[in-house]
Amino acid sequence: MTNGLHVTGGLQVTGLRRSYGAVPVLHGVDLEVPPGTLTAVVGPSGCGKTTLLRLVAGFDRPDAGTVAIGAQVVAGPGVAVPPERRRIGYVTQEGNLFPHLTVAANITFGLPRRERRARHRVAELLELTGLDESYAGRHPHELSGGQQQRVALARALAPAPELMLLDEPFSALDAELRADTRRAVAEALAAAGTTTVLVTHDQAEAMSLAARAAVMRDGVIVQEGVPAELYRRPADRGVAAFLGDVVELPAIYGDDGADTLLGRVAVGHRNGAATVFVRPEQIVLTAAGDGAPADVLDVEFFGPFALVRVLVGKDLRVTVRCPGHLVPAVGERVRVKVAGGAL
Amino acid sequence: MAVAVALLTLLPLGYVVAGVVGTGPAGVVALVWRPRVGELLTNTVELVLLGTTACVVVGTGAAWLVERTDLPGRPLWTGLMAAPLAVPAFVNSFGWYSLSPGFAGLDAAVLVTTLSYYPLVYLPVAAVLRGTDPAFEDMSRALGNGPWHTFVRVVLPQLRPALLGGALLVGLHLLAEFGALQSLRFDTFTTAIYDQFQSTFDGAGATMLAGVLVLLCLLLLGGEQRLAGRARVARVGSGAMRRAVPHRLGPATLPAIVALALLAVLALGVPLGCIAFWLATSTSTAFPLDDLLRTTATSLGLGLLGAVVTSALALPVAWLVVRRRGRISRLVERCTYIGNSLPGMVVALALITVAIRFLPALYQSTVMLLAAYAVLFMPRAMVSLRTALGQIPPELDDVGRSLGVGSAAVLARVTLPLIARGLGAGSALVFLAVVTELTSTLLLAPIGTQTLATQFWSESSSIHYGAAAPYALLMILISAPAAYLLTRRSRGEDT
Repeated sequence: MTNGLHVTGGLQVTGLRRSYGAVPVLHGVDLEVPPGTLTAVVGPSGCGKTTLLRLVAGFDRPDAGTVAIGAQVVAGPGVAVPPERRRIGYVTQEGNLFPHLTVAANITFGLPRRERRARHRVAELLELTGLDESYAGRHPHELSGGQQQRVALARALAPAPELMLLDEPFSALDAELRADTRRAVAEALAAAGTTTVLVTHDQAEAMSLAARAAVMRDGVIVQEGVPAELYRRPADRGVAAFLGDVVELPAIYGDDGADTLLGRVAVGHRNGAATVFVRPEQIVLTAAGDGAPADVLDVEFFGPFALVRVLVGKDLRVTVRCPGHLVPAVGERVRVKVAGGAL
Repeated sequence: MAVAVALLTLLPLGYVVAGVVGTGPAGVVALVWRPRVGELLTNTVELVLLGTTACVVVGTGAAWLVERTDLPGRPLWTGLMAAPLAVPAFVNSFGWYSLSPGFAGLDAAVLVTTLSYYPLVYLPVAAVLRGTDPAFEDMSRALGNGPWHTFVRVVLPQLRPALLGGALLVGLHLLAEFGALQSLRFDTFTTAIYDQFQSTFDGAGATMLAGVLVLLCLLLLGGEQRLAGRARVARVGSGAMRRAVPHRLGPATLPAIVALALLAVLALGVPLGCIAFWLATSTSTAFPLDDLLRTTATSLGLGLLGAVVTSALALPVAWLVVRRRGRISRLVERCTYIGNSLPGMVVALALITVAIRFLPALYQSTVMLLAAYAVLFMPRAMVSLRTALGQIPPELDDVGRSLGVGSAAVLARVTLPLIARGLGAGSALVFLAVVTELTSTLLLAPIGTQTLATQFWSESSSIHYGAAAPYALLMILISAPAAYLLTRRSRGEDT
């Protein structure tokens, strides 16, 4: 890196609204992305996250609300800065490299003419995104999907944008390539210190890549925070279920927790109903003298782990994920308990 | 911009409507309800029905023989069957009537126009036959249908859209045909409008005839829409498609070859042979180098200008249609096609009327001629441009702008380079159409401007066959690449 780190000014979105005809897509979105960090906006398809990204990029105009990149308001009452003057980087699902240009010409596309001629930063950006310099002369169709996405990122980084927008950039890649490309992209962005918004429907991707994540549903952001916090303390059942599997246990609330058939569970906040929610990996097999007795109904063995369905009491069936070397036999009597507090 | 272009293409229709309205109902009845009009109507309808049927039969038969049988010499036939596109109909008719002056009337007109226009059916049908999955036919045979029933019940329905599209094109060409019919002394509305205009400059009379002609065009268009309906011939399911196993002709091979060879001789051999014959033997044969060079230069120049203007006008319409889908853009697109389905005669007449009334400075100017070409040949440019634009993901525009490049620069640095091939192909098609255009050039060309087509026309009309021949030869030479391009495109090898 010759340019070193340049910390940028972050993104601030307030009260953003957008309807298409009579169909409201965003109902007042608020989002703040701290400078130099990666925030993931995650939600099921159709929740409005791509619309949000396009409004931030300036490809579309909001009905109400403001968007500020760095210190500058780029969209708001009476303000509509065109996308080419917002100093953004934009990477799409398909990469969308210009098919008639070489890798080098794609990367330098957003640079002034003189720097285009000089192939300014091509080698540096290829290295940053984990590609060999020999790719510079190739055409997009000679690259694999993962390589195309890396070039697309290099192209977006070349003009040193204030804000990077990633629109499901990994979803068109197959699983193996996705992990590699994801890591390369995260490292390149961290090295460049660019403020980034990643839009995705893949909650594992959001939680593993982002410093902060915002869960979006039906055109609003329902919860925003550090991924681990979101996973452990979801705002409601919907968020909990979107970020991972949920087990619902009948419970009786006491003063310092809730009593379930699997024992006492620490409760952060009462959810009103006579149930508690836990993650399936919190339910564990335990040694004698601890936890509740249960009968093994069936076992699904995967190798490193197994899913064990047990019957607790008369009619509570729960699934326990246990390590492959500790798998009980069908019909065996075991003991189960909940590790850690409720969601 | 796109709306302005659409309005330009609607001008001819507007002119006809305005003419009819201006004349009033009584006047219209007086002008239209005449024995002469009835005679023209009979002639025109007969020609369209017989000519279209003949084209459908000949084109489909030839396509099936070339694409689906073990006929020897397939590549040769593929080229030969499409080649008549390179011979303008009025050159083809010249070949025939110069053989025998008695060659005239309905039979002659049907023969000549069929030989000129059957490739309009042949090309799309051949493309479909090449592209459809033979599994459907195997399935039909397995279900107990013989070859003939399979053709009627399975192949023909798949061919329907291509057949209807081809037949519509033939019908519109027949309604618009002027040169070939005039020289074969077969009167239709188009030739009658020309005569009326030349002899009397009778605006109202010509306009009424044009009105009936336009009505026939719209009837054809509407009929095709009705018949085509919602035909769906897509292949459902995935998996690779097999190549068709060619039908074995067996003892029918020789007759099939003879039939196709005869077709080639009639459609290509006669006009080319006659040109060669007159070049070699006629007393009027001359190679006035100056005139040849001058008319060639005029034709090429008009062709280039026409191609540039038409493509430039088609670009915004195509962009609108591809990128801003909606009711307005569909309407605009439809308009550009309506302009094209009107005969060159009506377009020319409309432009003359409008120019005389509102823009006298433009009358008999090159600008007006170019406007007529744009109205007539816009769809040729549109089809190529639409395909090319449709293949560019719209995200490329977004990405370009996100990189700090303005929309005009994105057009220049991304869109234009990517559609260059389509733009080129479309322009080439327009260029070649202009070079062989006769009807509106005759009416609209500035005094003293002679193109290959008009010069050929005036020489052959005054029976200077030898003098006309070099112009015909030049036109065929220039339009051969267009025919080639069209053939390639219908085979789906080109954007």
